[in-house]
Amino acid sequence: MDGTDDSATPARAGNRLHAELARRARNIRRHAVRMGEVQGQGYVAQALGFADVLAALYFQALRYRPEDPAWEDRDRCLLSMGHYAIALYAALIEAGILPENEIETYGSDDSRLPMSGMASYTPGMEVSGGSLGQGLPVAIGICLGLKRKASRSFVYNLLSDGELDEGSTWEAAQSASHWKLDNLIAVVDVNNQQADGPSSQVMSFEPLEERWRSFGWEVRRVDGNDIAAVSDALAAMRELNDPKPRVVICDTRMGRGVSFLEAREKTHFIRVDPHEWALALDELSEEA
Amino acid sequence: MNDAQNRPAADKPAPKLRTSAMIASIAAPGQATRPAPFGHALAKLAATRPEIVGMTADLGKYTDLHVFAEAFPDRFYQMGMAEQVLMAAAGGIAREGFIPFATTYAVFAARRAYDFICLSIVEENLPVKIVCALPGLTTGYGPSHQATEDLAIFRGMPNLTIVDPCDAVDIEQAVPAIADHPGPVYMRLLRGQVPVVLDRHDYRFELGKAKLLRDGGDVLMISSGLMTMRSLEAADRLAADGIGVAVLHSPTIKPLDTATILSEAGRGGRLVVVAENHSIVGGLGEAVAGTLLRAGVTPAFRQIALPDAFLDAGALPTLHDRYGISTDAVVRQVKGWLDR
Ligand SMILES: Cc1ncc(C[n+]2csc(CCOP(=O)(O)OP(=O)(O)O)c2C)c(N)n1
Ligand SMILES: [Mg+2]
Repeated sequence: MDGTDDSATPARAGNRLHAELARRARNIRRHAVRMGEVQGQGYVAQALGFADVLAALYFQALRYRPEDPAWEDRDRCLLSMGHYAIALYAALIEAGILPENEIETYGSDDSRLPMSGMASYTPGMEVSGGSLGQGLPVAIGICLGLKRKASRSFVYNLLSDGELDEGSTWEAAQSASHWKLDNLIAVVDVNNQQADGPSSQVMSFEPLEERWRSFGWEVRRVDGNDIAAVSDALAAMRELNDPKPRVVICDTRMGRGVSFLEAREKTHFIRVDPHEWALALDELSEEA
Repeated sequence: MNDAQNRPAADKPAPKLRTSAMIASIAAPGQATRPAPFGHALAKLAATRPEIVGMTADLGKYTDLHVFAEAFPDRFYQMGMAEQVLMAAAGGIAREGFIPFATTYAVFAARRAYDFICLSIVEENLPVKIVCALPGLTTGYGPSHQATEDLAIFRGMPNLTIVDPCDAVDIEQAVPAIADHPGPVYMRLLRGQVPVVLDRHDYRFELGKAKLLRDGGDVLMISSGLMTMRSLEAADRLAADGIGVAVLHSPTIKPLDTATILSEAGRGGRLVVVAENHSIVGGLGEAVAGTLLRAGVTPAFRQIALPDAFLDAGALPTLHDRYGISTDAVVRQVKGWLDR
């Protein structure tokens, strides 16, 4: 503050961590855009919106071994919304679980990176998620199994705001608090978008914090594009000493990090013109 | 699939033709198509039928129901991505005298909402029209979206009428017919740019009726859905090789037009081939086989159908070839069975 060297203070260390997470998030965005370019389409806007959360997960929260994706003591990270596969592949590539050169096979015949995430295809993909609303119920069982094994691993279930429409999500939410699953951390991407339009219009879902809280969950709601806020919330959830499941609700902006996509009219499938992939990569380059 | 990462760069596929994207057209390049035939037919019918309402589970845009929703916004119910609620609520509104057309993808109706359809709609014989996109193998998106066993699942449900139209013409004519049917109906939907095929034939959709689209002396193809289109194309190609192929289109899967099937299959001397966009288990093929055996009609019999397996993700043309339901594959199989 007054001339003393504070590089070793927690605040400084925190800043360095957040800068590193921001760098990771930008790389995740780049990988996702490059995959989108391979197919000329994909859920790129979702990936851009969710990249900060994925960076906080894969570079701060999760325990894993890149060379051994099935390591018994890893934290389990379930992609319930399988159509976000492009986002998770990007994170798995950045985490060294998948090789970067597979980007060019994205979504192609016989690739390990199909457009919808499937456990049987891809190392690091814990569950098959194309049928929405199944992740949280599966997470319940994984949490119960880990507890039976006295494992200290956490289970992170990533889900979308559209999945809040499914009864199975709330059946599982009730089950999680009944079973006192303190090894469960749900992460909800609230991008206010689903297939037919803005989620708030398709099926109103607020007040979200109160809803989860009333189901017996510990709740944090953060700006999902504020990496510091996301990583702090995840840390708080891990450290919480209370026998209940936890949820981090992340409000995100689709297309985040690529200004012209962030500004574009929001749809489930964002339009990206052929020349725009290169522009997007430019904007995400290290110099930018 | 696990050695994909070591594939040499030369093998790199031409991307867009080989995509496992969810949205894929079954139309061949250059084929005549019409946009959203279901949505337009329903909107047209609803203009004179105020009891018709539309309901969807966050898939209005992807089941062509958006056309109806734009025409009749106050008769459209967005139920959110909640297929069980969609189906039970459709049963509820039908109880109050309305005719709901409820749409989602075939997998989510057949798999997730089955119990709700069974008890809240079909056991009561309520006039709910369940219309579902992505039947059989019409998306390369993988097993989560490939409804390869929807007919098997729904054939097991008493009271339920099942329709598998071939093209835009079939869909347009089926919509008023299923609306008029007093009970529940499950219709497999082809959406988006849908091929126009049956306009070249003297054809009208009639619920419960199979129609002979062309005659031939060597093979009788019995087919439904898009496999009727493939059978007609294959028949043309086989004719060029001197093989006469009859095509009997059976868009109503249940109740099956057993009279027509028995009389055509009983004409004798022809190889009977049932072609369907569905698993070899429990679909049209086994329905026809049971019909024939029970009546003591036993021609040589083969099935063109998807294997009893979870199918790959990939581009539709690749997968239709791989699993034997492309026109090329139909021609190949029929020639093989005839030893030609
Ligand atoms: C059970 C189920 N119902 C319907 C679908 C079809 N579908 C795919 S994505 C989607 C929208 C879901 O909302 P969300 O995940 O929030 O969408 P996004 O934010 O990606 O636009 C729907 C309805 C599905 N995959 N699974
Ligand atoms: Mg969403």
